[in-house]
Order: sequence, then C-alpha cells, then structure tokens
Amino acid sequence: MWLKFEQRPEPSSLMRYLSPLIAVGLMLLSGMLLFYVLGKSPVAGFKIFFLNPIKDGYGISELLLKATPLMLCALGLSVGFRANVWNIGAEGQLLIGALAAGGVALAFPETHSPLLLPGMIAAGAVGGMLWAAIPAWLRTRFNANEILTSLMLVYVAQLMVSWLAHGPWKDPEGFNFPQTKMFQANAMLPVLVTGNRVNAALFLAIGALILGWVFMNRSFMGYQMKVAGQAENAGRYAGFSAKRAIWMGMLVGGGMAGIAGMSEVAGPIGQITEHISPGYGFAAMIVAFVGRLSPIGIFFASLLLALLYVGGEQVQQYLGLPSAISNVFQGMLLFFLLASDVFINFRLRRMARRQ
Amino acid sequence: MAIRNLALMLVSGTLLLAQAPVKVGFVYVSPIGDAGYTYQHDLGRKAMETKLKGKVTTQIVENVEEGADAERVIRSLATDGCKMIFTTSFGYMNPTAKVAATFPNVEFFHATGYKSGKNMATYNGRFYEGRYLNGIIAGKMTKTHIAGFVGAFPIPEVMMAIDAFTQGMRSVDPKAEVHVVWVNSWFDPGKEREATMSLISQGADMITQHTDSTVVVQTVEEQHKAKNVWCFSYNSDMSKYAPTSQLSGDITDWSNYYTTTVENVLAGKGVGPNVWDGLKDGMIKIAPFNAAVPKEVRDHVNKVMADMKAGKVHAFQGPVLAQDGTVKVPKGQVMSDKDLGGINYYVQGVVGNVPKG
Amino acid sequence: MGLDLLTYILFATVMAGTPLIIAGLGELVTEKAGVLNLGCEGMMSMGAVAAFAVAFSTHNYFLAILAGMGAGMVMSMLFAVAALTLMANQVACGLALSIFGVGLAAFVGKPLESISITAGKPIAIPLLDRIPVLGPAFFQQQPLVYFSWALLAAVAWFLYRSKLGLVLRAVGESPVSAHAIGYKVVRIRYLAVLFGGAMAGIAGAFMVVFYTPLWVEGMIAGRGWISIALVVFATWRPLRVLVGAYLFGGCMVAQMFVQASGIHLNIPAQFLSALPYLATVLVLVLISHNRSNIRLNSPASLGQPFLPDV
Repeated sequence: MWLKFEQRPEPSSLMRYLSPLIAVGLMLLSGMLLFYVLGKSPVAGFKIFFLNPIKDGYGISELLLKATPLMLCALGLSVGFRANVWNIGAEGQLLIGALAAGGVALAFPETHSPLLLPGMIAAGAVGGMLWAAIPAWLRTRFNANEILTSLMLVYVAQLMVSWLAHGPWKDPEGFNFPQTKMFQANAMLPVLVTGNRVNAALFLAIGALILGWVFMNRSFMGYQMKVAGQAENAGRYAGFSAKRAIWMGMLVGGGMAGIAGMSEVAGPIGQITEHISPGYGFAAMIVAFVGRLSPIGIFFASLLLALLYVGGEQVQQYLGLPSAISNVFQGMLLFFLLASDVFINFRLRRMARRQ
Repeated sequence: MAIRNLALMLVSGTLLLAQAPVKVGFVYVSPIGDAGYTYQHDLGRKAMETKLKGKVTTQIVENVEEGADAERVIRSLATDGCKMIFTTSFGYMNPTAKVAATFPNVEFFHATGYKSGKNMATYNGRFYEGRYLNGIIAGKMTKTHIAGFVGAFPIPEVMMAIDAFTQGMRSVDPKAEVHVVWVNSWFDPGKEREATMSLISQGADMITQHTDSTVVVQTVEEQHKAKNVWCFSYNSDMSKYAPTSQLSGDITDWSNYYTTTVENVLAGKGVGPNVWDGLKDGMIKIAPFNAAVPKEVRDHVNKVMADMKAGKVHAFQGPVLAQDGTVKVPKGQVMSDKDLGGINYYVQGVVGNVPKG
Repeated sequence: MGLDLLTYILFATVMAGTPLIIAGLGELVTEKAGVLNLGCEGMMSMGAVAAFAVAFSTHNYFLAILAGMGAGMVMSMLFAVAALTLMANQVACGLALSIFGVGLAAFVGKPLESISITAGKPIAIPLLDRIPVLGPAFFQQQPLVYFSWALLAAVAWFLYRSKLGLVLRAVGESPVSAHAIGYKVVRIRYLAVLFGGAMAGIAGAFMVVFYTPLWVEGMIAGRGWISIALVVFATWRPLRVLVGAYLFGGCMVAQMFVQASGIHLNIPAQFLSALPYLATVLVLVLISHNRSNIRLNSPASLGQPFLPDV
C-alpha cells in the first residue's frame, strides 16, 4: 500500500481558504503541546499567549500598532510575490525608509508646516523604493538574482543606520549615546486614542490594503502581473514584460516597507536608534504567505502575527519562557501552511502497488 | 462610637495594607546568566528581597529588547500592580519616562540614564573608581607597558572607564599606553574574542573589558601561559572563568541601593534623588586579588582605596589632560560630576582615536 | 612585531572563516543539486545548541560535533519534506526554517545560557607548524579547521570526479532530463539537503565549542546568511568558497586589528563591516551579467520545484 500525490484536475478553492485555517489550528495544537512538554499548563499557556494580549483596550491598540508595519510590508511584498519577484530585502528597505523620513524630521525641527508629515511619508516611500531599485536594476540589467542582492542590502542598511546613529546624526545633547534627537511633535504621527499608541499609520495601512485590492482585482496591470507571475510567456502575450513586473514588484515592495519604517520612527520610537525593527521585514513575508497574497488575508494574517509577537512577550513575563517562543510559533505556522497548501493542487491517493 | 469604629477600621485597614507584600518590578536587557551586568542587578535584587522578606515580592522580565516594545513590558508591570519598577538599561529611558507619566502612583527608577521626573529617578554606579584601582594594579605589574581595553560603545560611561583605568595605570607607570578596540555591542562573544586577540597581538599584557560576556577573560586565560597576559573582569568577579589570569576586577554591588531605595518608598519617602554611588557607598568594589599580586601592590591599592572612600583621592583629579593636550582638569581640582557625565574624549595615554561612526 | 602581527591576523582569519567554509560547502552541494535552502542560520543555530548541550554534559567534544551534525540534519529534514515532497516554495521554506531554527535554538538553549565550558584545544601539526609566520597561523589550529580543508578536497573530488557527483550536478542542471534517464531526482536532492544540514550543524558546533565556549541566543549572528552569500560569491566553486570565507573572515577581524594598533583611520567601522556584503553583490553582478558565464556556474534549476511524474 502506498500513498501518492496526484495532481488535481483543477486547484481546489475549498482548500485555498481552508489551508490557512488548518495551519493556524495545527499551530495552536503544537503550541499547547509545547507548553505541556515544558511543564506549563497548556490551557494557561494558551490563555496567556493568545488571550491576555487582547483583554483590554490598550492591548488591542498595541496589537494594531504591531500589526501596522507588518500589514504595510506584507502588502508591498505580495504585489511582487504574485509576479514571482522575490524581494527578501524588505527589512533593509524599511530601515532606509525610516532613515529618509527621519532625515526630513531632523532637517526641519521647528517647522509647523502641515506638509511635514506627508513629506515624511513620501520620503519614507522614496527611500524604500530607492533601496529596492538597486536589486531591481541589478536583476533587469545584469540578471543578478534579486533574492541574494536584496538580502545583502539588508545588512548594508543596518550598518548605515548604525553609522548615522553613532556618527553624523547623533544627538549632541544625548551624552554620546547612539541615537538622534527626539522628533518634534509635528513630525510624529497623531495617536488615534489618547493613552494608547496606535496611530494614523493604521489608516495608511488599511487605505493601502483597499488600494491593493482594487489594483490586484480591478486593474488591468494587476491582472497582467498575476498572469506574468504564473507564466512568463502568457504574461508577455497579455502585453506585460517581465522587466516591468520586476520593477513594479520591487518598487511597490520597497515603497511600502519604507512607509512602514517611517511609521515606526514617527510613531512609537520617536527618533532614529539602532532598534528600529525587530525583524518586521522578514515576518512580513510570513504574513504575505499566510494571507495568501491577498489584502484581506494579509489584514488578518498581520493581526495573527502581531498576536504571536505580543503573546510571546506575555509568556515571557508570566511563565518565564524565553520570548523566542514567538519565532518558534511563526516558523511552525509557516511550515504548517506550506504543508497544507500542497492539498490545494494535489491530493493523496492510495495506490495498490508502488509505481 | 462611630468614630471609634471608623478609626479601628482605618488602623486595621492600613495594617492589612502594610502587611500585603508590595510588588517590585525589574526589567533586564539581557539574560541573567551567571556573570555580567544583569547578573549583578539580579544579585542585588535577591539580596533586597531576602532583607525585606515578607514585605516585597519581585517580578522580573529578562531579555527585553530596547526599543518600542520595552514600553509595553514596563507598562504591563505597572498595570500588574507593581509599586516600584527598576529599568536597568539606558535604552529604556524614553519608554520609562512615558510610562511614568501615565502612572503617577508608581515609582520608576532608571539605570545609567539622564532623564528624571516627579516619579522617576536615575541611578548609576561610579564604575570608574574601580577602574582606577584596577589601573594601578595593571601599571605596577605590566611588563610591556601596554594595556588593552575591549569597549562596547563610545558612550560616556565607557569612555570614563577607559580614561579612569588609564589614569590609574599611569599614576604608577607614566610610560603606560592603553589600546582600545570597539566591538559595537554589549554582548558579542565572537567579536569580543577577536578583539582580545588583536589587543594581545599588539603586545598588551593587561586586558580588560566594558562588555558583558566572559569570553574576554576566558581568552586571556587560554593565552596566559604562552603570552603572559592578565585580565581584569567587569561587573562580576569572573575568576571562575580565569582562575590563574584574573588579577582583579571592577565589581558592582547593587544590593545596598536596592534595599535602601525600596525601604524608602515603603516608608513613603517617594522616589528620592538621583543616585550615583561608588566605593564609599559600597556599590563599587574590586574583586579579590590574584595570588600573583605582590603585597606591596596590594597595600598601595588598599591605601588608595581608603583615600578614595575618604574623598582624598579622585580618579579624575587634576591635572587631567586630554589626548590632544588640552587641560581638562587643572592641578588641584577634581572633575565635576557634570563633566564626568559628558566625557567623550580620551585622556593622554590612550592610543588611537575615538571612532566617529 | 610586524611578522608576529601577521601571524595573529592570519590565525584569527582562519578561525573566523572556518564555520563559513563548512556551512558554505554544505550549502554549495545543496545548491548544486538545484535546491536553494535559505535556512542555514536556523540549522547552524540548532547545531550549535545541540553541540553545546552535549559538550557540557559529556565533555566529549567529538560527540558534541556529532550532535551538532545530527541536529542540523534534523532541521534540514523539515525543509526537505516541505520543499521536496510537498513541493512548497523553496524560498518560503528556507525562510521558515531560519526563523524557526533560530527561535527554537534560543528556546531550547535557555537553560544553557549561564554555563561555560572550556574551549576545545588546538592541535599542532608537527613540522608544518615551524614554518615562519604561516606555521602558527595555519597549523596550530583547532581540529575542525583541518577538517574544513579536508572537506573542501572531498567536496571538490565528489562533485567533479565521482559518478554520483556528476549525477548530482545533472540533477541541478536539468532535473527533467535526469529523471528521464532514470535518476531518482527527489532522493538525490534529499541527500544533498541533508548533507547541507549536516555541515551547517558542524559549523554551528564549531562556533560554540571551539570558537567561543558559551551559548547565548543569537550566537550565530548572521553567519548562516553569510554562508549562503558566500556560495554565490564563490560562483558555486568549492575552492573559491575557501578563498571567499577567508576574505569575509578577514574583513571581520581586520578592523579589530586596525583599531588595536591605534592607527588613525577615518573610515567608519560600519563601512569596513559592510564591505563583505557589498563585495558579494558586486560578484553576483559580475558573474550574472554574462549569461553563458552564469550558465556555466550556477545550477540552472536552482530554486525551482521538481514535480515528478507530471
């Protein structure tokens, strides 16, 4: 008796929706097993990890705050992933966007102009796009694999942030600590509910999601990119060049990541330091996959991943488990998703004899 | 009659309140481990908890990254009912200030920073005093007249340490030079090891660190026989990692500070002043002398230590010259706390230039 | 002092480069078979934690290396099942592995964080280590350093002189043709991935048992990703992996030595640290530009899933 994968005559749309849910379910089960193995009550673990973070208004606002950069980055990435453009460098683009926006804020420390914040958002987007343009250009002009170039640029971006925070942009009154001055009040994104930290960037993210949905599902270019991603020749037939797909994919990804970077430094951080992002650019890739590369899915997936982050902190505080448990859950989630995704295109059949 | 009952209620109520243990929160930037900055804080916490047994319980969160997430952790300790919260790393400064503003009934204490407020005070140790004493030992025992310093970031705290060590070393060995390697991290064992090796390769036979892992002293121990190198530990006594080669070290003991501070808050004295304690308050100590340290050196160091405690000697007493020759403290004077807090230059004797980036 | 200093620098470079060589060669074999495994960082982390735990409890460093190897292989198995059997996207699988592996290692290694062990002892090769300057730098090293050179020779021989190596390369170039000839593409890829995992595990073991004798979350500090870059930098040729690893390692240690010497350098330290990454991008551009060049060197099917019987 032998089990074999057999391709389905057409992809199962039921599985397409079910698969992320199955993955989440498997992750929860494994998580509870993990708690049990570690000698903690699975129920307590589940409560502290998944329910504690959302037990009050502050908790929900923190969840939204954490989900915002994930939403922005993942949306940008999804445009590229659909077209088979693999931007692994979102983390670096986020940082450069943060630097660009921060640079604008630091250049105009006294201004009351209402153009400051929009200017910072634009600067963040442009910064991220410029950083993403490098791998895009290297790919279209020199055929250099964008996975590797964008990844290397992440390290370069991190070093740039370090250099600026330690050097030219260091706050002269900051006792030589590697950080810039705090941004002035007009350079900070307005908070939505006083006492909480979730800010206007959330609207940016939701707005972007809506725009993204319209683009992917209602615009011709979105259609072209989807087709180009699935079959390059068919895409060209639809009038879309591979080069354009690469540029689009990378630039949108970079721009969104740059805005995410801006939202962090003009939001909860309020300055440029060496701790701008705890790996949002990488987590966003998981969000994009779990969200099935669709704006609605990304919305829910970012909330889920934000919950994993905050839940990990709670478990660290109350159960004494290392906060790295967040990464363990994230990894498990992605693996389970990739595994259950198989069943969209394939099904298991029993064979009488080995073939 | 009603008044008597009311009074009885109030008294018993306050007695009950006074008896319920008060929660004290601690936020650590790294794992506690068994040596290093956070370990010393935790030792201090434990000592305080033992001394005030029954009156307090403590809640710790370790390995909290500096940055936007720290605010959530600090806040969650406050909402959890902590009446005092100690945040032990510079990077928590802004988050602590923000949460302090939202929780006026909780007292906040921030280590190694410079922002304070109505319910927020800073605390710090005069690590430089121990460095000066270590420097004397180094100056007396060096054969190559070169010392090596593994530094984390060129912030005043570390610059103070390097400069004080150099001052101490040159007070007994005017020919001494101190070479510095920056690893740009509080904890990076790989880089710390490479930094140590590169200093040894330059001829440094007295090595110390202002970083957090035990790798520096372990590397010196490894090379001790072949290269005749010695080390001074930082924060903790690391002699169990370097039993033959650790000459001494600069130890921080937070227990007095934690005990006194918590007692003061329990007694209703509030957050109190900003604290910067040193040798005379028992916050800074030096590690026990290695057997190889001759009696003459021990006596000298003990004398200087007694003088420092009495205020007769200061690590930065004039003349103090910067590397470029400018007089920072003229003869007969002593560097003020304010100037100390902003040191961003090397003193004479330190080789190399302060990194720009 | 001049020559002595050179010895020091070479010694440190060799030490720094060794985990990169081992992990890099493992990744090279994996990629030659057409599989892009981005999970190196996760495999190295788990290898390190496993090796440290065994080294601490048994004081047997050979067992520790085996444990590291085993842990690396188990992690790579996760990737292999997801990417090769379930045919999921290789980039996503690799990413999941690196995030999961690093997190799991931090998790499992928590109780080990406060422990210290004595570092493994170097072994000197007699006679050779008398060579001035080069002798102490290259021949008074840890055993795994010598292993890395032997590994290089073995991998080069395997890929270019053995039948199985030829088959593996064929699988990487054109899995469909290889399958048509009758080679078991998926099985060969599994073996390649497992080999990559084993090597990453050994490299991780080197980090914590021989390089810096302790474990803490994040020990690997990006070396897994550098190893992946290294394979590209080396244009998928084994000897170049060694050269590149020493170059990368050299960059990492050079700035320490410059600082220690007190030489006034006006270049920010971060710029020096960025050089290896910029260099990798440059090399990638140079080799990719010439289409025939890249066809010669990089495996044509790299990163693409192979669907049997379709």
